[in-house]
Amino acid sequence: MKNRLEIHPELVTEMLTRFIKEETEKVGIQKVVFGLSGGIDSALVAFLAVRSLGPERVHAVMMPYKTSSPSSLADAQACVDALGIESSVIDITPQIDAYFERFSDASPLRRGNKMARERMSILYDFSAQLNALVLGTSNKTELLLGYGTQHGDLASGINPIGDLYKTQVRQLARYLGVPKQIIEKPPSADLWENQTDEKELGFTYEDVDRLLILLVDRRYTKEELRNEGFSEEFIDTVIRRITRNQYKRRIPLIAKVSNRTIGIDFRYPRDWGV
Amino acid sequence: MKSIKAVIGQIYPTLGNVERNVSMHLEKIGEAVREQADLIVFPELGLTGYQLRDMAFEIAMTLSDEPVRRLVEASKEIDIVFSFVEESREHIFYITAVYASQGKILHVHRKVYLPTYGMFEEMRHFGRGDRFRAFETRFGRTGLLICEDAWHPSAPFLLSQDGAEMLIVIASGPARGASAEPMIGSERSWYSMLGTYAQFFTSFILFANRVGFEDGVTFFGRSALFDPFGRVQAQAKALEPDMLTVHIENKRIRRARYMMPLLRDENLDVTIRELSRIRESRLSADWLDMTNRWDSSEE
Repeated sequence: MKNRLEIHPELVTEMLTRFIKEETEKVGIQKVVFGLSGGIDSALVAFLAVRSLGPERVHAVMMPYKTSSPSSLADAQACVDALGIESSVIDITPQIDAYFERFSDASPLRRGNKMARERMSILYDFSAQLNALVLGTSNKTELLLGYGTQHGDLASGINPIGDLYKTQVRQLARYLGVPKQIIEKPPSADLWENQTDEKELGFTYEDVDRLLILLVDRRYTKEELRNEGFSEEFIDTVIRRITRNQYKRRIPLIAKVSNRTIGIDFRYPRDWGV
Repeated sequence: MKSIKAVIGQIYPTLGNVERNVSMHLEKIGEAVREQADLIVFPELGLTGYQLRDMAFEIAMTLSDEPVRRLVEASKEIDIVFSFVEESREHIFYITAVYASQGKILHVHRKVYLPTYGMFEEMRHFGRGDRFRAFETRFGRTGLLICEDAWHPSAPFLLSQDGAEMLIVIASGPARGASAEPMIGSERSWYSMLGTYAQFFTSFILFANRVGFEDGVTFFGRSALFDPFGRVQAQAKALEPDMLTVHIENKRIRRARYMMPLLRDENLDVTIRELSRIRESRLSADWLDMTNRWDSSEE
């Protein structure tokens, strides 16, 4: 069967590297910074950023917590070494533990979200320190499913991979030479031990991407999706996730009072005056 | 049509910075003049940038405003096609292209088809132009289309029937529809469309598309000249600024129109008669009934 998700890696790389360079330099910034987890998404962003700007303008921050898998840090370090970029390691254990001393019964979800937001806060501090733009590392699959923390890993200045499905991220990562062990390991947010995305979501990225490209990009109806062999239950689960998480993809709602309201009828491009 | 040398200025305009864009136009015009070109063509909204949204109100110009006058003045040395947000005397805002020649405005085209779907929201900000007219230049009869205009085959058809031997299509064509193909999806559509038009209307088509980024949107470039046989005669780079010099040779129009006498054989009376009939029928109750009715077998 024809793979609808396949992309032309050379062409897409060309678009994304130019995007990073243009949208960074346009606002008068020379460097980029991002969290490097040891996973495939941030590794791909690292490789794209280096192709775009050269290694000396790219700074990766590794932010492990005490329960983070040691192999994650090693994989992130392998990227840093392969690319020759500057990097920092900030162990977030002290601040996370200090906070949860007061809430020892906090759920894994609260802890995971807090870690994601702590990392965001560190990245924005680095952004100010290095005068660097924060690159987002969320892919299209995660963004659609809402599988990310609002104001945490979902926060960024610009996101080069947000219109690529996870399977497309894998294809591009292979093309750009991301270390093999990073491409092949099971995706994980690594927020608690033995967490994997696919276990938590209840389906594989491969399956959900095949569904998403038909549902979102090609506007297939539920009936047409069933005819493609997807189960009713799977289709409903995915649609429910997309709908329920719409709020994460938007700026906060503002109550309209005046004639011209930000986000409603005060509408300028973000590249306004740059 | 006289044979001419033309330049396509495939530029990267700065969104909302007219002054900088005017300077860039003048610089490229200077280069084309030094090359002894007869004509230079710039992309849609080259003076303003594309995704203006509410900026349209602040950036609109009249035909007699200074940036327009400077470019018209520059046309003393070379014919120039350029584009911007035009504000009319009635304060309607249009996406406009000007053909300037010998220090004067020779023709003004206001974009007729304003895409307002998917990623596009032009009808929210702009008024619709209401005519397609070919016009006489010092080289021959020409027609102007702006981006979405070209996606309606009636537009090049009308210009062709109005005597155009060359169509100038200016665009801000975004790159979208990535696939396994080594070509951006939108680029493929544009090329198949313009190649077909060039062949059907046995005319040259000069395609001037922009490059650069606005709010995450990439414009793909690949400006080109299609010859009257529908072939790509010359092509600019993808994704980066480029200056493409092309030669428009009358002998190719002559040869194409003799070998494929489609223009000669086109029957305008049949077309007008049938269009009138269709127009009448759309106003009738039958049409309303027809477009209301759902065939139960299709549900």
